Amino acid sequence: MNEPGVLTGSHFTHGDWACAEGAIAAGCGYFAAYPITPATEISERIATRFPLLGRRFVQFEDEIGAIASVIGASFSGMKSMTATSGPGLSLMLENIGLAVMTEAPCVIVNVMRGGPSTGQPTMGAQGDVMQCKWGAHGDTEIIALAPQSVQENFDLTVKAFNLSETYRTPVFLLSDANIGHMYEKLVIPEEEKIEILSRKKPLVSPGDYKPYMADESLVPPMACFGEGYRFYSTGLTHDELGYPNMGVDAQDKLVRRLCDKIRVNTDKITLTEETYTEDCDVLVVAYGVTARSAASAVQKARKEGIKAGLFRLITLWPFPEKKLWETASKVKGVVVSEMNYGQLVREVERAVKPVPVEFLGKLGENPPSPNEILAKIRRLDQ
Amino acid sequence: MTEHIEHYLAKYLRMDRLPHIWCSGCGLGIILKSYVQALYELDYDLDKIVTVSGIGCAGRASGYVNTDAFHTTHGRALPFATGISVSNPELKPVVISGDGDLFAIGGNHLIHAARRNINMLVICSNNFNYGMTGAQYGPTTPPDIRTPTSPYGNTENPFNLVSLVASSGATMVSRWTVYHVHQLKNSIKKGLQKKGFSFIEVLSPCTTGYGRLNKMSPIDMMRDLKETSRIRKVNPTEATIEPGREVILGDFVDVEKPTYSDVLDQVSRRASI
Repeated sequence: MNEPGVLTGSHFTHGDWACAEGAIAAGCGYFAAYPITPATEISERIATRFPLLGRRFVQFEDEIGAIASVIGASFSGMKSMTATSGPGLSLMLENIGLAVMTEAPCVIVNVMRGGPSTGQPTMGAQGDVMQCKWGAHGDTEIIALAPQSVQENFDLTVKAFNLSETYRTPVFLLSDANIGHMYEKLVIPEEEKIEILSRKKPLVSPGDYKPYMADESLVPPMACFGEGYRFYSTGLTHDELGYPNMGVDAQDKLVRRLCDKIRVNTDKITLTEETYTEDCDVLVVAYGVTARSAASAVQKARKEGIKAGLFRLITLWPFPEKKLWETASKVKGVVVSEMNYGQLVREVERAVKPVPVEFLGKLGENPPSPNEILAKIRRLDQ
Repeated sequence: MTEHIEHYLAKYLRMDRLPHIWCSGCGLGIILKSYVQALYELDYDLDKIVTVSGIGCAGRASGYVNTDAFHTTHGRALPFATGISVSNPELKPVVISGDGDLFAIGGNHLIHAARRNINMLVICSNNFNYGMTGAQYGPTTPPDIRTPTSPYGNTENPFNLVSLVASSGATMVSRWTVYHVHQLKNSIKKGLQKKGFSFIEVLSPCTTGYGRLNKMSPIDMMRDLKETSRIRKVNPTEATIEPGREVILGDFVDVEKPTYSDVLDQVSRRASI
């Protein structure tokens, strides 16, 4: 097989294609999914490429099976991914909780579309921002990244794998129908210039291995099936040996560690991008495709002499509230622009209190336009 | 001074997890013993096995076996095991789970795993009810049986598990009971060595829930498994389980077919030409 894993060079392509190639470049060896608009093109690209690379693609009977098999493959030593949209994400939630509880590294791509329910399958939206964070029952922390371009669909898919392997957690790529189906330039770097991280392996002999004992990093080394460690793992609350434990202390200790391994590393995990924020009076907060519109609005405001700045969230979860406060604490007001009826704005309001926040939300296909965002900027600048 | 002699099956079990949680008279202990006895008699490499289970009484079985083992969510043992089998064909997933887990909440995965011929062994403990939650009726409960959610008698028709799995494309389908320990153990040995989707239904008494509510003593339930069953070679469609009729045991399907991983390898070769 001479098929290259990394298609180094320039491409004119769409976001779903870029996402599939990002997974391949990151070393994804197992991909399972159920067809769903607007994520299907990821499966189609994977189905074409994986057999040539000797990797494994399974089209499942539903999204529940797809995510369960991804967790099984992850524990078999594979970097594993699934891709879906809102209705599929809803079906996956219980097993996303299993991945959190058993600490299975995996990547879940959610190409967001209009909801609730079947909604608008071909129209973009940002309506699953809260669901991916809070959808699984119990206390969970996950990581979510929001690409704004075809290029970032590639780059952040690689990043999603690296984060999932580092922290042994499900990582979401929150793309949307606009980015997934958008055609633009993609540059894939040379293979050796792409950073690839893999899970920490146990250094002790099988007899001494405790699958859920973590050091100060709070992330336990991960043995995989067939390596001779003969470990047991369960979705039940468990002790360091992985054995079920129905004690109050066991629940407290385990759930705190599972959440804290993400929370205490928030600064290390989170990526943000700031434009014109050194001197700004009005700050626009946006993410994903909406940030492109917001960037244009900020440019227009500057031309009018309004000191506007853009704070783009690349990582949505964990929420980078400290970084946001550092910038937002100096401004007159904050505009939050999203393709929903008000989701991440709640986090922003919490983080920037008492700075006034104006919300601009649009439901259905297009993000708020630059002029609509500009009108909000003008109001807050008065 | 007495010398401590380790039981010959101790190395197959997580002795620090015993005793198990199952009720007196439950058949799951016999199923677990039959499984590890089969591993012992085959001298099977324990590092090549992953024991997987769903939720319920049978779901706890994976926690007692000294192999790599995983206790998944309710109904999802089979897709989890599919992920293992496909990503590392060297490994043999063995799923031990109950009739409710495998045929109600997980029923869709079962027919599709059989259809794909995923290389795995599924041991289904059929106790005709949801034992863990308190003996509610399920997809295998015979008509008229009283349970907490069918207090006037069950109104639904049960699945014929061996027929369903056979028609879905499994390469091995058998039915035994926990009374037939030697046949059960031999069947598990065969399933462990078989390449493809192998399914063994094991009829097993739930004495605490199902038995008590229907006024059957543990001894009666075990005697019934012995006296109402016949080992015969029939078409699986004829092997329905109905009150007052004999229960057919034995092998229903035993064929050879390429596994899903074999087919994926063929596709990789074909695509690369």
